[in-house]
Amino acid sequence: MGKKILQLEQISKSFGDTKVLDQISLEIEQGEFITLLGASGCGKTTTLRIIAGLEHPDNGRVLLNGRDVTLFPPEKRTVNTVFQNYALFPHMTVGENIAYGLKLKKFSKEQIQKKVAEMLELVQLEGYQNRMPGELSGGQRQRVAIARAVAVEPQVLLLDEPLGALDLQLRRQMQFELKRLQKQLGITFIYITHDQEEALNMSDRIAVMRKGQFEQIGTPNEIYETPKTSYVAHFVGEANILRGTVAEAGENILLHTPAGSFSAHCYEVAAEQGKTACVAVRSEQVSFQPAEQSLTGLSAVIREKTFAGGMLRIVLELTDGQTLVASRHGIDLPAQVGQQMTVFWEPSQAIVVEDSEEELP
Amino acid sequence: MKQAKASKKYWATLLPLYLFTILFVGAPLLYMVVLSFLQRAESWGVTSQFTLQNYIQILQPVYLSTFADSLKLALISTTIIVFIGYPFGYFMAKLSPKGKQRMMLALMVPFWTNSLIRLYGWIIIFRANGTLDQLLMGLHITDSPLKLLYTYPAVVVGMVYALLQFMIFAVYSSAEKMDWSLVEAARDLGASPAKAFFTVTLKLTLPGLLSGIILTFIPSMGLFFIADILGGNKVVLVGSLIQDQLVKAHNTPFAAALAVVLMIMTTLMIALYRKISGVRDLEGLL
Repeated sequence: MGKKILQLEQISKSFGDTKVLDQISLEIEQGEFITLLGASGCGKTTTLRIIAGLEHPDNGRVLLNGRDVTLFPPEKRTVNTVFQNYALFPHMTVGENIAYGLKLKKFSKEQIQKKVAEMLELVQLEGYQNRMPGELSGGQRQRVAIARAVAVEPQVLLLDEPLGALDLQLRRQMQFELKRLQKQLGITFIYITHDQEEALNMSDRIAVMRKGQFEQIGTPNEIYETPKTSYVAHFVGEANILRGTVAEAGENILLHTPAGSFSAHCYEVAAEQGKTACVAVRSEQVSFQPAEQSLTGLSAVIREKTFAGGMLRIVLELTDGQTLVASRHGIDLPAQVGQQMTVFWEPSQAIVVEDSEEELP
Repeated sequence: MKQAKASKKYWATLLPLYLFTILFVGAPLLYMVVLSFLQRAESWGVTSQFTLQNYIQILQPVYLSTFADSLKLALISTTIIVFIGYPFGYFMAKLSPKGKQRMMLALMVPFWTNSLIRLYGWIIIFRANGTLDQLLMGLHITDSPLKLLYTYPAVVVGMVYALLQFMIFAVYSSAEKMDWSLVEAARDLGASPAKAFFTVTLKLTLPGLLSGIILTFIPSMGLFFIADILGGNKVVLVGSLIQDQLVKAHNTPFAAALAVVLMIMTTLMIALYRKISGVRDLEGLL
């Protein structure tokens, strides 16, 4: 552990006039499970393709095991990819698919047979050797794609939204299996997803991407507990983003808004007196009471009440027009839509973040 | 009950198709086969007397060699068409949508002109001191006219020109449907560009290539007017033989027998194609 297996240095890439990657740098350690998390179009797939050698950067370097491989073609890199659509060869059997890379590496017939059997066992598809990819279910194809990529013993395995096409239940099961596989093989995994739950469940580290740059890189805990920017807070924790004027600076700060004042805490980001600050509060931390029972807090009106996924979702509109979402376990609560409320939270749960200045839904 | 009604409707809609096929395809074919077993009348027409003489006549070396020549020309033309048409169709599938449209149009436009007129264009190019000679001599590549018209190469060029687009479209349509990430997957697993092409791209576009071969080989067996116009009387093909027997010699039964043999040959080609392409579910990829 601790050995750098892959380094990206100042990588930029444009397609035509569109800048897809803007000077990104990343160091990945041997045996790490790192996730590139971001919405579609943030440049995560391009990053992966540059690592695989399917795309070449305009600027910057890719180092694999300390060796500059920036201009190497894909076949010369000890990096393999599990493609988003699996890209199984439809004219070959499952066994032939897995053997494809081994044949190119000039393994003997016996070695190939042994390795294919080993791989099929690893992904729990014993007996599927002579099936055609067209006869398999999505989950099974997924496993074959993994087996095919892992068979050639890559130093780094790249996974491009491998669970995207599967249904929820299968996805959860595969998350668990992928993690098991990664531990068993000890291979470095670079995983791409837009699903924050997947990222939080599986990764050792998460790199949140936005507009061709890394917004924040850290452990799932760091990303979730102490987001650095309003984008990360919203994308990963589905947090509410509020803006107010800083009345008292320091570790604990006080913000003024037209709807009232509230306290927040500075973890990673400092706030300046008199300036506008951006604060993230997760929906489960938002408390509210009928306005007549509580006086300290922000005044708001309930706009919406919906029940989904075992959680009750309450949309509150502050008197200055900002909206907040609060969530509760349970099916119903006594408060009615249109009722005046006072909203408050623990000051330590309101995190000061950098303003990504993005329109949030 | 309901099903019976539905099937009645089904037959009612298909009936015109069947009638058309029987009337204009089945009946003439049958007529031709029957003719081929009849005897030629003294001056004109046939007598209704069964004979195998027409088929025995085909076994004469002069006619057998005509079949061999036709086969040879078809093979040469098809081979050249494969080597030009496959890369053409392959790269066309990689163009941008707009590029594809333009290329498609460029390929189609010449076919709005009569094919005979286009062949006369080749005469102008090939004849002694024609466009090609002037170009080559002007560039000092040759110093005397090549006299290409009425030679075998001229016929081959004419055949390739007339049939190339069938190969291009056949290859294009299967290359267009190909998932290019499969090639990336092959490269990712360690294949060089050439290796990836032969193990993945070629295998997956094989159905297109094979149907392109069928679409060019079969017509090239019968396209006699190209050989007549660009080859003079030096290249005699089965097609021109049939025409001569029918129009000039008035030997209808022999012409019919020749046509039947040609048809059997092409049918065997199609059967062979089916056998090759039927191996391992390649049709499912189309």
